[in-house]
Amino acid sequence: MTTFTFEVVVTLKPGLSDPAGKAVGSSLSALGWTNVTNAKVGKHIVLDVEAADEGAARAQVDDMATRLLSNPVIEDFRIVEVAAT
Amino acid sequence: MTAAVPRIGVVTFPGSLDDRDALRAVATMGGEPVSLWHAEHDLHGVDAVVLPGGFSYGDYLRAGAIAARAPLLDQVAAFAAVGGSVLGICNGFQILCEAGLLPGALIRNRSLRFICRIVTLRVETAQTAVTRGLTPGETLQMPMKHGEGQWVATPEQLADVEEDGLVVFRYSSGEGIVDDVHNPNGATNNIAGVRNAVGNVVGLMPHPEHAVDPDVGPTGGQALFASLLEAALEGSPA
Repeated sequence: MTTFTFEVVVTLKPGLSDPAGKAVGSSLSALGWTNVTNAKVGKHIVLDVEAADEGAARAQVDDMATRLLSNPVIEDFRIVEVAAT
Repeated sequence: MTAAVPRIGVVTFPGSLDDRDALRAVATMGGEPVSLWHAEHDLHGVDAVVLPGGFSYGDYLRAGAIAARAPLLDQVAAFAAVGGSVLGICNGFQILCEAGLLPGALIRNRSLRFICRIVTLRVETAQTAVTRGLTPGETLQMPMKHGEGQWVATPEQLADVEEDGLVVFRYSSGEGIVDDVHNPNGATNNIAGVRNAVGNVVGLMPHPEHAVDPDVGPTGGQALFASLLEAALEGSPA
């Protein structure tokens, strides 16, 4: 068995209002970064998964992201990095 | 012979706040309140289920996300599938959406603020377990208190919800006018509550269980609990 480390990034779907992102954006403007035209806030989830191979682990993480880590009504997710130890 | 008293279960999750008020509202309206625990696999033969407000599991990940996967929710889903009446209030509404028993999702209020005040709701349909005693167009007053109550949906879901008459309550003025001025949290089309296709599962963000006692405020919640008790006795939705 190998331990695979996955990073899952969950973001609000485009077009949905993102009040947290908006608050961060206006706060950045207030600090002088007036060239920031958009800010989005999402979630970053790191998982260590034991599996025989990366493909099996990735399939499981994909399932986890679909069924629990994200809500398909309002969120998208992507698996951004994998490391094996 | 005494009249039958419906047994209404109220589920307590770690972080539930309004379970006691919900139990009390059931008793006030003439039902028998039954406490249910999230980690059990048994509804104890209740005639209807209430998922109360609060911050189940700290609302980690998303409001209601973890509770929607709690052991008892399988039983609640099975109960709903055979026509049992289920009412989700505030966090309970979020849980029902997360569990896929109701359409849409609840995100942060448009203002980013936690809002606690009395709101007016316009009843949109009487075809539900909690509005069967009401008339569409009627208005009710009750408190809202939430930070994540902005109801949103995919374009397909929204079209279905509107076309199929699944909107149960909209935020409105006292005269029943639905507009942006009377939309406290930015909810799509002022939607405060929705139902499933059959009408036995209903969720809303405002709190009917805090609005049954005239000593402490408006009593817009009475009619919802009265309807739920009736539906529970019949064992089938409106």
